[in-house]
Amino acid sequence: MRVGVVVFPGSNCDRDALYAATLVGAESYPIWHESADLRGADLVILPGGFAYGDYLRAGALARFSPVMGAVREHAAKGGLLLGICNGFQVLAEAGLVPGALLRNSSLRFEHRWVRLAVERHDTPFTRAIPLGTQLRMPIAHGEGNYFLPEADLDALEASRGVVFRYTTPEGNPNGSARDIAGVLDARGTTCGLMPHPERAAERILGSDDGLLLLRSVVESVAASTERQPVAVHA
Amino acid sequence: MSTFRYAVSVMPRDGILDPQGRAVETSLPHLGVSAVHGVRIGRRVELDVDATDDAAARVIVERLATELFANPLIEAFEVELLTGAAAGSMA
Repeated sequence: MRVGVVVFPGSNCDRDALYAATLVGAESYPIWHESADLRGADLVILPGGFAYGDYLRAGALARFSPVMGAVREHAAKGGLLLGICNGFQVLAEAGLVPGALLRNSSLRFEHRWVRLAVERHDTPFTRAIPLGTQLRMPIAHGEGNYFLPEADLDALEASRGVVFRYTTPEGNPNGSARDIAGVLDARGTTCGLMPHPERAAERILGSDDGLLLLRSVVESVAASTERQPVAVHA
Repeated sequence: MSTFRYAVSVMPRDGILDPQGRAVETSLPHLGVSAVHGVRIGRRVELDVDATDDAAARVIVERLATELFANPLIEAFEVELLTGAAAGSMA
């Protein structure tokens, strides 16, 4: 599996994401934000950080980076796309996932461990997560308070667009609507989440639950590669 | 071709949490002020646009406001002409 990690000016979790991908046997490489070549990535990751200094709004300027045209095309073709923290903010600003991330209701930058309930196990990002498993991952953000108008939230829930929710005992750290921590786009191949799976990639870090997301993607890519020859002959 | 200067005011929509406004409001009693409420904080962008007339310039400003300065899901904006033909020689 090939994992391309986009590097914006101000990204700071790109190295962690590159490293975490190697732990599940993927070949990972950075993609500079001025490049429009994703080099055959099966999964593109928009990593955490403070792209363009978070000026204007978090993710607002990164959205217009040259690389984003290629990322948009990749997603439109059903290529897998994962936005983590600031990457989620970029996806939301770009309209690649629904919603917006507002300032945390606490008015503070929140950095701590949270627990996630997995709402779906039939997505490319969660298929390797055993049923009933809650994930422990860290968050570190000032704007993670997920917002959509009520009617749109109902529509999102109805289309099963919510994939991760903050749950007890730590609970909702930022005031997110309906405890939403991660969402999918309409086709289910783009995922944005505020917690950091790449920072929960080894036991020594406190949790390796984040690898379950990456293992899911590995499985998903392997499955679609196996399916392709069949489709050709069918 | 003339130059038109605009101000774009961006405000959080009604009902959208505005933690900055809330923080400021919460601190007002420290100033001995108790009669003030409903504090909302937005941002203002000023810019010069070269165009043939106000209408052409405004198209550009509106586009920037919609696509960049404001996130229409959570923010509303207003465009104001500061200097240029319609605003008189100098404002």
